[in-house]
Amino acid sequence: MRDQKSTLLNDTRVRGWIAQALVLAILLGLAWYGMYNVGQNLQKAGITTGFGFLSEPSGFDIGQTLIPYSSKSSYFDALKVGILNTLLVSVFGIIASTILGFFLGVIRLSPNWLIAKMAGAYTEMIRNIPLLLQVLFWYLAILAPLPGPRAALNFQDVIFLCNRGMQIPKPVWEPGCGVVLVSIGVAILASVALIFWARRRQVMTGQRFPAVLVSLALLVAVPLAALVATDFPVSWDVPALRGFNFRGGVTILPELIALWLSLTLYSATFIGEYVRAGIMAVDKGQREAAEALGYRPWLMYRMVIIPQAMRVVTPPLIGQHLTLIKNSSLAVVIGYPDLVHVFAGTALNQSGQAVEIICITIAVYLTISLVISAFLNWYNNKFALRGF
Amino acid sequence: MAEEKWQPSPSLPSPDLGTGVIGWLRQNLFSTPGNSLLSLLGIAILVVTVPPFVQWAILQANWFGDSRAVCDAAAAEGSTGACWVFINVRMDVFLYGFYPELERWRVNYTALVLGFSLIPLLLPDWFKGVRNQIVLGLVGTVCALAIFGVIPAAFMAAYLFMPLLLVRIPGADIGGLASGQGALSNVMRLALAAGVGVALYYLVFFLVEQNAAFPIALAGTMTVLVPLFMGRLSATIWRWALLFTVFPVFAYFMLSGDVFGLTHVETHYWGGLFLSLVVSGTGLGSALPIGILLALGRRSELPVIRVSCVTFIEFIRGVPLVSVLFLASVMFPLFLPDNLTIDKLLRALVGIAFFYAAYMAEVIRGGLQAIPKGQYEAAEALGWTYWKMMGVIILPQTLRLVIPGLSNNFLSLLKDTTLVAVIGLLDLLGIAKAAMADTEWLGFTKEAYIFAGIVFWILCFAMSRYFLYLEKKYHMNYQ
Repeated sequence: MRDQKSTLLNDTRVRGWIAQALVLAILLGLAWYGMYNVGQNLQKAGITTGFGFLSEPSGFDIGQTLIPYSSKSSYFDALKVGILNTLLVSVFGIIASTILGFFLGVIRLSPNWLIAKMAGAYTEMIRNIPLLLQVLFWYLAILAPLPGPRAALNFQDVIFLCNRGMQIPKPVWEPGCGVVLVSIGVAILASVALIFWARRRQVMTGQRFPAVLVSLALLVAVPLAALVATDFPVSWDVPALRGFNFRGGVTILPELIALWLSLTLYSATFIGEYVRAGIMAVDKGQREAAEALGYRPWLMYRMVIIPQAMRVVTPPLIGQHLTLIKNSSLAVVIGYPDLVHVFAGTALNQSGQAVEIICITIAVYLTISLVISAFLNWYNNKFALRGF
Repeated sequence: MAEEKWQPSPSLPSPDLGTGVIGWLRQNLFSTPGNSLLSLLGIAILVVTVPPFVQWAILQANWFGDSRAVCDAAAAEGSTGACWVFINVRMDVFLYGFYPELERWRVNYTALVLGFSLIPLLLPDWFKGVRNQIVLGLVGTVCALAIFGVIPAAFMAAYLFMPLLLVRIPGADIGGLASGQGALSNVMRLALAAGVGVALYYLVFFLVEQNAAFPIALAGTMTVLVPLFMGRLSATIWRWALLFTVFPVFAYFMLSGDVFGLTHVETHYWGGLFLSLVVSGTGLGSALPIGILLALGRRSELPVIRVSCVTFIEFIRGVPLVSVLFLASVMFPLFLPDNLTIDKLLRALVGIAFFYAAYMAEVIRGGLQAIPKGQYEAAEALGWTYWKMMGVIILPQTLRLVIPGLSNNFLSLLKDTTLVAVIGLLDLLGIAKAAMADTEWLGFTKEAYIFAGIVFWILCFAMSRYFLYLEKKYHMNYQ
């Protein structure tokens, strides 16, 4: 009898079932206990659960809104404003950090000793300092002590920089500007088509066409021609000092500048390292072959090295972009109205709906990262080298 | 006819411009017009940025003094340097936060014990022999005696020499407790450890101090479990075991107090570099073990365990640490019954540990996948249990492989401990911000942040170099 028991206990499958049943029971028990307590606590605090609060007026203002918003707007509008602000700083940060990162990665491998060492020193210095410290440094130590609006740093009477942010001119569209907007769209479509056609032709015939230069020219010339033809229906609303503050133009919040700058500078050091690793992963023979064919360095990088390095660089690069989006939540410490600050901060304090609001915030970030991960998987399946 | 032997002409000296300083400059900085332009640009950037910074931070700076008047006087004379007096005067706060001045020796003492227990673990090459370990123990004891007195020195000695004594205890295998296999002997071991725990609890409860009973019993149980499940251990493994069982309880007693006549210091007095090190130390210590368990769970053949681990890992990796900290500080208390409150610091520590555990798990999973299948099969062919196979064969190889990934995660963790400032804990950054708000010292933001930045830079840089050393030491070739 005892023998049979112990063999049953020693059967891996039986033990597996027991272990799973235990884990499941513990998890479900904890979940039930937590939910029970939440219900009790909320009842005591007199907070009604559910997502009904989203349609109620929020009652607070937000410093930077990309869509119309006032304190009479609903919590849902506040959520949208927060998401858009997060995406705004993330997109600009991703673009700038990618450019700076590629630049850093390439010049760290440059034969120029001084430049390579400077890029190395920059990388080692910036990436070993916490991002939060850098955000606070730019915001509190650099931007906050700038002079007030009256003594603002003046760039040609068009752009001003003061402790309330950067003032830049705003385009004002007058009647008849539709043609210009359409022409911009046409120019973009035409350049995309041109780049595809040029690539195709190169694959078919081997002849290169300066598609990038021509499309740049298109992007400048077509809208310019439209502007001339319609007699300039766009004017600029230039900021000017009136009393104690600037009127007109667009204000870029100092919080946005500080966050964007620190995200860019910090993220670029990591991207630089990925790019350097990617370039070093390209076989030496490829470089020698390009040199033997008489390629100039720029063309060699453009046509031979970078396309192959991109295979290695892209997965960590996209991972870094994802990290940047998540890091943009540091906005909360300097008060840039991003998703966490507006929604998980102000809205949470106003409404008291902690559970719902934290869940929504987390769900938004999860969605963003799942979308990007899906893209990354697609990219890997499409471009990864196979058969090695 | 005498044949003239061919004599090679002596080789020419290398061209003047290819050697020496000028040659180096020509090759490395001015090889092509484009390169020259870049070099000039680089020199220009250096000239614009470095001298003014050196002027500000060193040459014109005010270093010594005891009040703001020193800096103001210098500024009135036209000096535009940094005011390091600010840092000097507030150094205590930057180091300890608002920890009571009379009790700060406890922080120092804990740090000293931690330092001496870590040295032999971090530099195993120097402490292979017993002699060096004894020397280290003696040095530690003398240090503690000189600085802190007799009782701290006695604990230090006990803690440092314990591993050397423990390996010399002859292993009596009573009832096959240490060597037995199968579920029944596991249950027996657990029962024995639990018995030791209960006995310890009542012993301490009635004979020593009530407050100390539970932590000591817990540490005792954990310590007994180690040899019961792992068999005879080396001194190094014992040091690791003590670091994870005895040291946390000791540190908790020392820092928090309320036992053995130590005053109670609540965690909201903790701050500064001390708090940063507490957060990063517990984070580093707990994230890796949890991460290993999660990685093993993710590769488990049991669907319930696999699915829960995958869900947890992917969930955590999809959200920012700030939102996890918010979750821990705002939402988590709602999940607890009214009468139960968990310290804010502890909640933040748990949040950080689990957050980074998910990232560690992914790194370790990569390493597990890279271990050749033959290693698993060989262990299974020997009839080893799952945990023995993992602990002895697979994980040691895996951890070696993933050192670079772990190093990245450890560094991120160290840097991200600053985020606890977001939920109101006064770590080095939080203290810097609080110090700036002092009305006597308004306007020295740059100094405070540059000081904090230098401290973090030194910590991170040292850690990255240490991991490079580990990477070289444990480099493996599968060829």
